[in-house]
Amino acid sequence: MSKHVIVIGGGVAGLEAAGRLSKAGIGVSLIEKESKTGGHLNNWYKLFPDRRDSVEVKEYLDGISLIEGIKLLADTTVEKFTRNRNHISVTTSSGQEMDADAVIVATGFDLFKSARKEEYGYGIYENVITSSDLEEMFRNGKIKLSTGASPRTIGIVHCVGSRDEKVGNLYCSKLCCVTAVKQAIEIREHLPESKVFCFYMDMRMGGAHYEELYREAQESYGVSFIRGKVSEAGETIDHKIVIKVEDTLAGRPLKMELDMLVLMAGMEMSEGGRKIAAITGLETGDNRFFAATDNHYGSNRSNIKGVFYAGTCTAPMNITETISHARSAVSEVMDYLKEANK
Amino acid sequence: MEQFGFSISKGRQIDFESNDRRIADFIFEREPSFRLCIECGGCSATCSTANFTRFSLRELHILIKRGENDKVRQNIKKCMLCGKCTLICPRGVNTRNIIVLAKQAFQKYDLYAL
Repeated sequence: MSKHVIVIGGGVAGLEAAGRLSKAGIGVSLIEKESKTGGHLNNWYKLFPDRRDSVEVKEYLDGISLIEGIKLLADTTVEKFTRNRNHISVTTSSGQEMDADAVIVATGFDLFKSARKEEYGYGIYENVITSSDLEEMFRNGKIKLSTGASPRTIGIVHCVGSRDEKVGNLYCSKLCCVTAVKQAIEIREHLPESKVFCFYMDMRMGGAHYEELYREAQESYGVSFIRGKVSEAGETIDHKIVIKVEDTLAGRPLKMELDMLVLMAGMEMSEGGRKIAAITGLETGDNRFFAATDNHYGSNRSNIKGVFYAGTCTAPMNITETISHARSAVSEVMDYLKEANK
Repeated sequence: MEQFGFSISKGRQIDFESNDRRIADFIFEREPSFRLCIECGGCSATCSTANFTRFSLRELHILIKRGENDKVRQNIKKCMLCGKCTLICPRGVNTRNIIVLAKQAFQKYDLYAL
């Protein structure tokens, strides 16, 4: 009898996992809460480190979602989950009951809600935006202030919602530093007259080609990097943003007037993922992401037999890592199904 | 140009072995969050004192840890204990309490008078 696997989440990880399973001759039901697949990739313009258009990766993933063996259930969420002796049954928001031999959880991440860092004024000052808002502006080809004018000075704040005990996130989101560098370059490309300043605590360029991109931002695009955590942002009467920071390397407090402030929102366990955790009894860690049973050789394994993790529902990851993680989840599922057959 | 004068110049190095780190140890024992600083400077950026005088909480932290007590002694008096530094700290360091404890330690070891 052919096997059936349910994949929860139709972002990068879920699509990749579904595609691989299908190739191996396994029936797949892909549950996606939004009306279309692709997840966060839909909101991104170009990708680090090579700044290729995100559409290219999206096309690859869209190709997967069209594979015949994959049954896509869009606008659907998981409402009930029970584990029987050798299979798992899931009830969806549309009332459909499904049995599966295994489940891959690929519920991804949510961007940190920047309004929670009230001192940066997101949602209060019009010209304070997030990294995600900026991607949308790039896509539309218009980086504009609330007045419609082009910004001349732009500040980028790293670590918004990451490495911050005050919002309950002790971890580093890992991708915001390189996103800041990428976006700084793109701002300079769109607005050659502009000046861009990145305010960072540490530059964490720990990925393939990240450091080179950082160097390129300095060398070819004249981006300035100032080491210090922005403590607060205010607004002047003509809607400029005033920030306070310590220039820690100069050892003096620094204030700066900027036209626009961009907040590098970190990654958090998704709301969808938290709901799945509550329904299933899947364990989460102190960082609220799903807790894999082994950090080294079992990062796809969960505390429930037959349930595996793929992608950023376990930790912040870039697209390359997410795809690799999804593939390894499929390899775990294949092993598991083979064992179950014995 | 640097005026070296005619006496023997004091070295600029932090002499890690001979520096007196009792103040730091006193604080470590009573305020474990003292260990958590990552030198982001958030405290100094928000500090009212730092905006008007030569005073940096971030620098103070590191000087206490290195036992550079001469540099700490006078500066520490400038703090008004408003506690904004503690509110802003992403690491949850209780900077205000560190200042209070540092003052206690200076008194305990009678280092104010040096």
